[in-house]
Amino acid sequence: MCHLKNIFHYINIELKGGVFFVVVTKPSPLPLLSLPIFPLAVLDFEIDRKMLGVARRKLGFGLFSATRVLPAGSVLPRKYSTAAKEITVREALNSALDEEMSADPKVFLMGEEVGEYQGAYKISKGLLEKYGPDRVLDTPITEAGFTGIGVGAAYYGLRPVVEFMTFNFSMQAIDHIINSAAKSNYMSAGQISVPIVFRGPNGAAAGVGAQHSQCYAAWYAHVPGLKVLSPYSSEDARGLLKAAIRDPDPVVFLENELLYGESFPVSAEVLDSSFCLPIGKAKIEREGKHVTITAFSKMVGYALQAAEILSKEGIDAEVINLRSIRPLDRATINASVRKTNRLVTVEEGFPQHGVGAEICMSVMEESFEYLDAPVERIAGADVPMPYAANLERMAVPQVDDIVRATKRACYRSVPMAAAA
Amino acid sequence: MSAFSAVRIPFPAVVAARSAGEKPSSPFLCSPAAAPVIHSSPLRSPRLGRPPLAVTSDVLSSQKPLGSNSSPSCQAVISRDEALELYEDMVLGRFFEDMCAQMYYRGKMFGFVHLYNGQEAVSTGFIKLLETRDSVVSTYRDHVHALSKGVPARAVMAELFGKATGCCRGQGGSMHMFSEPHNLLGGFAFIGEGIPVATGAAFSSKYRYEVLKESNRDGLDVTVAFFGDGTCNNGQFLECLNMAQLWKLPIVFVVENNLWAIGMSHLRATSDPEIWKKGPAFGMPGVHVDGMDVLKVREVAVEAIARARNGEGPSLVECETYRFRGHSLADPDELRKADEKSHYAARDPIVGLKKYILEKNLASESELKAIEKKIDDIIEEAVEFADSSPPPPRSQLLENVFADPKGFGIGPDGKYRCEDPKFTEGTAQV
Repeated sequence: MCHLKNIFHYINIELKGGVFFVVVTKPSPLPLLSLPIFPLAVLDFEIDRKMLGVARRKLGFGLFSATRVLPAGSVLPRKYSTAAKEITVREALNSALDEEMSADPKVFLMGEEVGEYQGAYKISKGLLEKYGPDRVLDTPITEAGFTGIGVGAAYYGLRPVVEFMTFNFSMQAIDHIINSAAKSNYMSAGQISVPIVFRGPNGAAAGVGAQHSQCYAAWYAHVPGLKVLSPYSSEDARGLLKAAIRDPDPVVFLENELLYGESFPVSAEVLDSSFCLPIGKAKIEREGKHVTITAFSKMVGYALQAAEILSKEGIDAEVINLRSIRPLDRATINASVRKTNRLVTVEEGFPQHGVGAEICMSVMEESFEYLDAPVERIAGADVPMPYAANLERMAVPQVDDIVRATKRACYRSVPMAAAA
Repeated sequence: MSAFSAVRIPFPAVVAARSAGEKPSSPFLCSPAAAPVIHSSPLRSPRLGRPPLAVTSDVLSSQKPLGSNSSPSCQAVISRDEALELYEDMVLGRFFEDMCAQMYYRGKMFGFVHLYNGQEAVSTGFIKLLETRDSVVSTYRDHVHALSKGVPARAVMAELFGKATGCCRGQGGSMHMFSEPHNLLGGFAFIGEGIPVATGAAFSSKYRYEVLKESNRDGLDVTVAFFGDGTCNNGQFLECLNMAQLWKLPIVFVVENNLWAIGMSHLRATSDPEIWKKGPAFGMPGVHVDGMDVLKVREVAVEAIARARNGEGPSLVECETYRFRGHSLADPDELRKADEKSHYAARDPIVGLKKYILEKNLASESELKAIEKKIDDIIEEAVEFADSSPPPPRSQLLENVFADPKGFGIGPDGKYRCEDPKFTEGTAQV
């Protein structure tokens, strides 16, 4: 990177693989006419496509000139989105369910309050009116019972979508999820496949106490025979839910209650009814070169915010949205770590045997020589979720926890504090 | 005749009959003169294959107002002191819940808050007959159960605010009220979860008596489990009915049938909506009672608790009641019809008891007003206390995960290892 401080005091020009980036870092009083004086006359204002993966909280690129190229079909920053539409995660899930139910009459939805109440979190709004009570079933409060019924229906080729009001309640039904659904294809040597989707909010909401706030990603991802997905943005929600419903295997779909109301810009491609994302592929939300941060669900938003803060301090973080916890996209994670040489994993759940533990081990197994620093693992506190607001804030990772851990991974200057 | 013998089961009701002049009537009557159909849904009738069942109670079916006879010359069934105690307890519950709603909308409380307005007769009717050694197990709608059991209003309010002075030091919250000195065992968020726990508490009471030979001249410690109509479809409930009867545990299963589980009507969710019938199916008496009438509830409660205390086994009491507010403060409550709500609002248990007290001349209007004023002051003081209490300190986050303070177990001398002065942790610190 060469700083031309003398004449072009405010412009950094960086050479990267033949493409010239011009980053205007401060308001430049110099007229653009002075630029052609510079020997490298061709200045391409192309923006790296993947940087636009940042959904909402845009970097302060307000000083980019208007000649930036807007790549088609990817996520656009808010202030430039004239053509892009924004939908909430709730709308994304609702539309995905709606489209899959209309495309395939074997798909049906069952759960508590999904019908007349329009969904406990309004995800299934309007579906009862559209598809009737035979396909949108309000169940009594019997998780073990109706999950078992769903699995049995799936044995015979129907495609149930079983909604848990929160995944905490899935513990009452976990025997069926694991023993009846996950293991069936194996135990029957392929005779019985179980095309079922278990979905619902996972993880902590706000102030709901210990029995409503646990994250089950690690629990379900532990089991062979299950696919575990966890979307972050509306695009993820739509694509992954459609993929899950079309999938011939049991899928645990972990949403997040606090993300339901957040809106994200989506392209026309995402809104198309045949849109579908691959299972087992992570997404690089933000490209970087100093450190890799992996996260899923709500923590992706926090990781992106942390990346913002870090970029101001000169640390360029690459944020990976895992999307799929099982199968884990080890290839993407390892490729990223081989590029950046440092890793920070972020998750909301309890630390021991968590998703981060698996990622760290995978990186150690495959990319050990590439690591320049020990892997950092951020998780929720190793306690049941307290109710008091200040304790709850401490029990869930916050943006500054991610920032601190990333700095530790980069400098190793702050001693690590282990969990009790 | 006792309410228990009104149920047609082969087991005789052993407890003493009460001559209150109440005529025994069958719990459910489909008389056309009865209350309007509580819930009708086009989705329901074809499936059930029979006409919608009007859920009524003896009060309605016999078309009698509260209390046995309306003439003031008839003897009251309770004494003046008992009446005032019941009144005070119900008013405490009502005013507390109203204050909770206010505080929630002001942002002092957060998360899930489930209010008990309208159901006070059930809590007061049962819990005021219990002693401190008896246990109460509840669901997330547990504020009033805590108050009736004796947990101070300021402790409950501070817990709701998430302060360190709350009954669970701010770690539990609205749905997880525990109090060891009052034998309040929670406070469970999952419905049906408290029932096996309550059955276990009853088991321990019997075990202490039979195995550990702790005798108590006053009978066994009784456990009362409160839960709702939605829970009665859950497997855990039925499993516990079986085991409680099998082992004759000193427990009373109290169903607060308020007809709605969030937005799911009881009639849409249950194949046979008469929950009391599930008792005889397992061999225990099942009774249906008007849960909006605290005296009727108390009458049934006296028998059920006496049965349990004498070691005669469990009982299932279905209290037909209603919650005046939504399922929680976040519930828009759109599915319940206005006529149903007004029907039950007219049977407000507090208003009913007040009328009864005044009719029987147990107390004067001014005395009741004084009670209300006293409760107002208690609630105000509770709010101030909760407001001025400190939030939990940072160090509290990692406390109480284990009973064993640092998790290193018990040493050979029988004390916690971490209390041994020569103990060095050697591991990372908090």
